[in-house]
Amino acid sequence: MGISTAHVNEVEQIKATSRRLRGGIAEGLHDEATGSLSEPDTQLTKFHGIYQQDDRDLRNERQQQRLEPAYSFMVRVRVPGGVCSAAQWLELDRLAREHANGTLRLTTRQAFQFHGVVKRRLKPTIAAINRTLLDTLAACGDVNRNVMASPNPEASELHLEAWQMAGAISDHLTPRTRAYHEIWLDGEKQPPAGPEDEPLYGETYLPRKFKIAVAVPPWNDVDVFAQDLGFVAVSERGRLAGFNVVVGGGMGATHGDPATFPRLGELAGFCTTAQAVDVAWHTVAIQRDFGDRSNRKHARFKYTLADRGLDWFRDELAGRLGAPLQAARPYRFLSNGDRYGWTRGVGGRWHLTLYVPSGRLADTADRPLLSGLREIAKLHGGEFRLTPNQNVIVAGVAERARPGIEAVARDYGLLHDQLASALRREALACVALPTCALAMAEAERYLPELLGKLEPRLAALGLSDAPITLRMTGCPNGCARPYLAEIGLVGKGPGRYKLLLGGGFAGERLNRAIAENLDEAAILATLEPLLAAYARERLEAERFGDFLHRSGLLDDPRAPSGAGE
Amino acid sequence: MNEALQRRPAIPLDEPERSRLDSAIAGFSAAQLFWASGYLAGLAATEAPRPAGRAGAESHARLTVLYGSQTGNGRRLAEKLGAAAAARGLAVDVLNMADYPTSRLKRERLLAIVVSTHGEGDPPDDALALHRYLGGPRVPTLGSLRYWVLALGDSSYENFCASGRDFDLRLAAAGAQRLATLVECDLEYEAAAAQWSARLLDEAEQALGRAEAAGAPVLRVVPPPRATGNAACEATVLLNQRLTGRGSSKDVRHLELDVADAAPRWEAGDSLGVTIRNPDRVVEPLLQALGLDGNAAGPAGRTLREELVNGREITVLNRPFLEAWAGAEPSGRLRSVLDGLKAGGLGRWMRDRQLVDVLREFPAEVEAGRFLEMLRPLPDRLYSIASAPEHAEGEIHLTVGLVRYQAFGAEHWGAGSSWLALDLEEGDPLAVHVEANDRFRLPADPDAPMIMVGAGTGVAPFRAFMQAREARGARGRNWLVFGDRNFGTDFLYQAEWLRHRKQGLLTRLDVAFSRDQSDKRYVQHRMREAGPELYRWLEEGAHLYVCGDATAMAPGVDLALREIVAAHAGRDADGAEAYLAELRASGRYRRDVY
Repeated sequence: MGISTAHVNEVEQIKATSRRLRGGIAEGLHDEATGSLSEPDTQLTKFHGIYQQDDRDLRNERQQQRLEPAYSFMVRVRVPGGVCSAAQWLELDRLAREHANGTLRLTTRQAFQFHGVVKRRLKPTIAAINRTLLDTLAACGDVNRNVMASPNPEASELHLEAWQMAGAISDHLTPRTRAYHEIWLDGEKQPPAGPEDEPLYGETYLPRKFKIAVAVPPWNDVDVFAQDLGFVAVSERGRLAGFNVVVGGGMGATHGDPATFPRLGELAGFCTTAQAVDVAWHTVAIQRDFGDRSNRKHARFKYTLADRGLDWFRDELAGRLGAPLQAARPYRFLSNGDRYGWTRGVGGRWHLTLYVPSGRLADTADRPLLSGLREIAKLHGGEFRLTPNQNVIVAGVAERARPGIEAVARDYGLLHDQLASALRREALACVALPTCALAMAEAERYLPELLGKLEPRLAALGLSDAPITLRMTGCPNGCARPYLAEIGLVGKGPGRYKLLLGGGFAGERLNRAIAENLDEAAILATLEPLLAAYARERLEAERFGDFLHRSGLLDDPRAPSGAGE
Repeated sequence: MNEALQRRPAIPLDEPERSRLDSAIAGFSAAQLFWASGYLAGLAATEAPRPAGRAGAESHARLTVLYGSQTGNGRRLAEKLGAAAAARGLAVDVLNMADYPTSRLKRERLLAIVVSTHGEGDPPDDALALHRYLGGPRVPTLGSLRYWVLALGDSSYENFCASGRDFDLRLAAAGAQRLATLVECDLEYEAAAAQWSARLLDEAEQALGRAEAAGAPVLRVVPPPRATGNAACEATVLLNQRLTGRGSSKDVRHLELDVADAAPRWEAGDSLGVTIRNPDRVVEPLLQALGLDGNAAGPAGRTLREELVNGREITVLNRPFLEAWAGAEPSGRLRSVLDGLKAGGLGRWMRDRQLVDVLREFPAEVEAGRFLEMLRPLPDRLYSIASAPEHAEGEIHLTVGLVRYQAFGAEHWGAGSSWLALDLEEGDPLAVHVEANDRFRLPADPDAPMIMVGAGTGVAPFRAFMQAREARGARGRNWLVFGDRNFGTDFLYQAEWLRHRKQGLLTRLDVAFSRDQSDKRYVQHRMREAGPELYRWLEEGAHLYVCGDATAMAPGVDLALREIVAAHAGRDADGAEAYLAELRASGRYRRDVY
């Protein structure tokens, strides 16, 4: 398999000795004296879609109470292409309330997350998810993750084909290990027949996670340039002709380590629809064989590409595929955001895109969003589509059902026109504190507060309706794809953020670091004059990120030109 | 129940040996006798076989490397240093700070610290406890300790390497000698760390070489005479820490008392008598129910309130009080209630009520002096000591469950538990005395296995047992069965049990939480599930201890034991009873229930 037997990192050793992802998970679940699993097993549960976390708000307090940290698990449900039925929605809603912390989190990869599932509830939760015909296998870990697809309801036929491709890729790249059924389902579901081979992944799986998305232009809502492997649908006469293939994108970085960096995917060429699954398979295999297994901070596909070059990849892929990729076809992206409100698709069905702040469906005193979606699911016989911007589309609504669904959505505060600014509806935040172990600063909990401070300033500048992408993460790993935002805020420490500016509105250009360690006052003080200059000097339809580049303000953001004076 | 004592000879010398000792010390003065006792104890200490391994009984000839690491860099550096030291033939321990018993610090001679800094200058989670301890009031003088500190950090943060600096300064402040100036590493730490390690190893090699050359037997001095067992002594509160987590249905406190000045003698298994004060929350409702003014004159120039606070039992009911109150109560209803309970049930009736409930239910007009005469003196409250003297010298730890409940339409408080839990703060003085509990002692044989069954605050003496076994290096297997209401909040001392288990001191840990599922599960259910192994342990000589609630838990455990013995020894009910009787007679089934 070409895996170097030289130095490999700890996780590689854990994978290699895990007996195809079993490790000691089953035994650890039986240990009632601790709410945690052993450290090696927590690496393995990721492959099963399960992340051990603890309530960091309570960490210090519990240490003084001589209690172990308040451990619980994040459980990520894989939803290829982000499509689920109303019946599945209702069951996930029930699990969120009965087994998790009463919230359902929609992720930037069109998956569901449960938070706060304690160890003794893990098995019943996974078993119940399985009964809905969804699963959590390979939702995390060093494998191909949830395959994304543009949930673009306007062009429904193309969307359907793109979504079917996402499903086909997902099926082909799913790990074959039976560990998942053994550990979580007690043989409830028949394991696949035949020997337990991992023809793609082998014993050690991939060096690191692998992300794939299918985009349908002109919408780049999946952020195709942030993926290890992206497919950009190319249509001819309204039908899918094939895909432009984008490789080597990725967000994660480490503060202060210049060897790590976010990277835009590069256009490698064009493949036919019939080739797409093989392109995905072989690209993953190339990364399996050439990815760095010694250093996990250098193990993503983007570093393999950066080190070896696009031409090397094209040759390697052509060799495995039996033919080179064709020349890339023209395409154009307009935006990486969502299109809120009602849209009409082919076939006369309607689709309603709802706004979910940071993807968190919870019942708070003023906004009972979880209940709102539950009420809609009871009315709605069709589908739900999760968007890569942490929102949800009520899809396939008949004309006569529109008023009822809209009334419920409005009652529960789910409509975008109920928001104070366009900035708010474009904003993304990762989960961060208190559950994410990697977070260095707040994100989801703090974003609404920061937006609330920016909104009066935007209003005063006449920018309330100007869509600007702002993305905040609690650490540099980039779950909310902050390096593609026009305004990126990346947590460095409690209340401190690195500020990055000038990303492209359609996700086609990375932003640039402007300042380290800004607190809220400094963030506002830095942004305010830039927004003011934008309000004064922007060209027609010019985006904030584009304006910052054209005006030269990015090079000296603290001294806006002041109308040329 | 002093079987164990009776089987142990009081003096381990035969007649000829004893007369040789007598003639050797004939004519010695008191001072000479005192010196000789120390001399002999020193000889004993150097000759006694020393169990290897656990807890590093001897640290002076070793290099100890402690790391506090969040991302694993610190741990890797520490392990690398440890491997390099071992390669040079140096005795070295590499430990996560989280696993390091602070009691070992004063025995250290050479200490290398690798610690990182996070957030706003904070130590990593695993280093928090040691960091806090070194910055606190209980750090011993570390005059014979020499140390190095390697600090890891990220200079883009304001408080770069702050926790490394803290460790460096705190060790110096405790009198330890810095062998090299603190080395602060940025994200690119490898080169600086390698240099630091190399220099450290040279110095450690020199220091340890000298220590071995000077390895003469150490003469130990017996500590000065201590207060005898039962004398009252003054203690000071060092810590009053809630143990139950947020959202718990219970409030259980861990109290640490400083008794270093009085230095009472005790052993794991003993209890502590605490002279309590009746808090306002029980005194005021009583005065209200009586319709008396607290400022009314009481005996010996004190007010009624003062007398109730310090002198009288005013919560726990007793029969003489009920008789006296019935005599004063005009309606005669209390009299008929008591008559009705003559056939039985008075105990239960009294347990369900506090004194104030009787005053409210059966009102009577009684003047202050007469009322005081009806009351018993306020007795000391007894708590199982939760620490071993070998672990924290000069400190006594208690585990106190706050008694608080609603009954008869009013809030009720335990006098002792609420005074200890809610009214005592760090620095407050209190009077205590040790109550020896010879029936509840560690097995004399350090190799004997031990099964401990405790519910709620009943784990307190087992904490002391484990500390004692850890400190003594006892090699017997240990098994704890613990029960309480909710796993997430009520697992008392959970982190300590898990640490003991990780280090191999605790062989097996079973838990039962009654309110985490629809069916109630208690310690006896866990024992039944582990029946075969439990019986095997007993057959292998295990000592079984039960501590906690006497009304439901202890009988439930006893019944489970009979069933286990009957099932696995193939005995009938009488046979099982005989088996347990044998266990009791040989001192291997001990209970401390209340």
